[in-house]
Amino acid sequence: MNPIDPKQGRSSAPSIPKDPTSLVLWALAVCALVVLLAWSVLLNLYRILERNHLAGVGVEVLLVLVGLLPLLLLVPVWRGLRNAGQARAALAVKDLITTRVKATEAREWAQYAIGYGAAVLLVFLSVQFLLANDGAVGSTFFRLELIRDSFGLVLGAFWKNVWMFCVAEVLILVWGLVIAVARMIPGRAGQPIRFLATVYTDAFRGLPTIISIYLIALGLPLANVPVVRDWRPEWLAILALTMSYGAYVAEVYRAGLDSIHPSQWSAARSLGLSFSQTLRFVIIPQAVRRIIPPLLNDFIALQKDTALVNVVGVIDGFNQAKIIASNKFNLSAVTTVAILFMIITIPQTRLVDRLLEQEKRRTRG
Amino acid sequence: MSFLEIRDVHKRYGELEVLKGINLKVEQHQVVCLIGASGCGKSTLLRCINGLEAISGGEIRLEGDRITGPGVDLDRLRRKVGIVFQSFNLFPHMTVLQNVTLAPIQVLGIPRAEAEARAMELLRRIGLEAKAKAYPDQLSGGQQQRVAIARALAMDPQLLLLDEITSALDPELVSEVLNLLRELAAEGMTMLLATHEMSFAREVASKVCFLYQGVVHEEGPPEQIFGDPQQERTRAFLSKIIEAGRL
Ligand SMILES: Nc1ncnc2c1ncn2[C@@H]1O[C@H](COP(=O)(O)OP(=O)(O)O)[C@@H](O)[C@H]1O
Ligand SMILES: [Mg+2]
Repeated sequence: MNPIDPKQGRSSAPSIPKDPTSLVLWALAVCALVVLLAWSVLLNLYRILERNHLAGVGVEVLLVLVGLLPLLLLVPVWRGLRNAGQARAALAVKDLITTRVKATEAREWAQYAIGYGAAVLLVFLSVQFLLANDGAVGSTFFRLELIRDSFGLVLGAFWKNVWMFCVAEVLILVWGLVIAVARMIPGRAGQPIRFLATVYTDAFRGLPTIISIYLIALGLPLANVPVVRDWRPEWLAILALTMSYGAYVAEVYRAGLDSIHPSQWSAARSLGLSFSQTLRFVIIPQAVRRIIPPLLNDFIALQKDTALVNVVGVIDGFNQAKIIASNKFNLSAVTTVAILFMIITIPQTRLVDRLLEQEKRRTRG
Repeated sequence: MSFLEIRDVHKRYGELEVLKGINLKVEQHQVVCLIGASGCGKSTLLRCINGLEAISGGEIRLEGDRITGPGVDLDRLRRKVGIVFQSFNLFPHMTVLQNVTLAPIQVLGIPRAEAEARAMELLRRIGLEAKAKAYPDQLSGGQQQRVAIARALAMDPQLLLLDEITSALDPELVSEVLNLLRELAAEGMTMLLATHEMSFAREVASKVCFLYQGVVHEEGPPEQIFGDPQQERTRAFLSKIIEAGRL
């Protein structure tokens, strides 16, 4: 190895940090544009309200307040400008460290302003979309008096969705475990059962849920299958959802059980625990924690898919809303049911994310 | 008739033949050490003895009873043969006490109170009674490994298999585990252990077996194996160990 040449190494002078001023000016331009656009949208909204005799002092104050909000974007822009100025001043006296610090801060403020500006822009653009065609878009989806009048009817029918997915979830938890265990039975004797369970999961995972509902809930009574033919369509739909989602949940269970390290099986079996004792005391309790998030995800999908039962004539929330919509030539009742679905599913989605985050922290720590 | 007799045992993983005719005898109250390069099949042999792996040929007898091949009640065999693993393999969702009492309660059907009393006694012996309510991840490696030994002992095994149980430990934690093994040996526990702790093997072993290329290449009392090995391969292996400063 050659000795280090003292003249080499840091031969070049430290580079001069880039001037952030142009980026800050861009941020200023973006934010000014956003503010102007927001104001024009609000003005448009005000005109439509006025024409519908909805304007009043309260509404005016509210609109002005909302109009002031985008002005907050100018705060980070101003900070960016100030830091950029300080960076230039520091550069003039050759204070490179201060220049670098201030330039970085100016750039961060500018990026912050642009990011928030883009978000505000999107919000006001979607308001503008609802106001399009003189507010026709908005009133197609959000006719308030229609929402109010039909709310009771839609909510009543929506309980049928809730009831169906609650019953289906209990059945799926059991049925999915049966299939998962069937796919894991060891040895040669278990082979035909493993094969059947695999065929079943492949078939139902490959089948669109709406088709299995159609085939099961219409087909079984049509084919005059004993016992089942006398069931109400709701129960047939629950059967179809259980068959379909049972296949997904079986895979969730299986992946969860597989994720437990084989050494846990060795340890348990070496102590004399049987296959089923090992599952029950060692594997399942550890797998449950990893199973819950994907299981909840499947249940959220199931809850939304209860809206598919309208294809076999069950009057659920969506079907009821559709009836109202076609009577009134307006979709506001469907908006109601859409919001009801979101109210139910969004907290679960948040919970799934929280659980996944926890699990990640636990395995990292 | 020996207590444990391994006769011409073969083990294949697909194309790879790991054990190519192992012959080995262990008498009651003996401590037999398996040594050999990593990958030579020590773990595989131990796993075959308590039925975690099925052997491909030969047979293994415990107290004269065949314990390999068709018709063997593996769950009953495993009540008599305990194994402790290199990576502890404690059940992470159970407390120390639950780890130790699970098998006695579920497999032997001992009432919970009695099983817990016996487990506490074992924990006292290994100096961990204060940790009975702790979870494995709250213990040091050495403590976890001692709990794993207690968990195996709770089944009152007649034979204890130990698979490099100190290899995953920080050096300062090794002695607490070896001391426990010394005590067990002094009490007459029959043990078959795979180990890289040569000075420990020299001290407590009744017999040392050097595994090489799937067979027991050389065996004998520790003084002979470590002091005057007869085989070229054994000498080569031991000189590498000495180079590494472990003898
Ligand atoms: N389940 C397995 N499948 C395939 N090969 C294996 C398996 N277990 C061990 N082996 C192979 O068997 C050989 C012996 O492994 P092992 O018994 O763990 O050796 P040792 O414990 O002496 O280090 C190694 O080559 C290893 O790769
Ligand atoms: Mg090994």
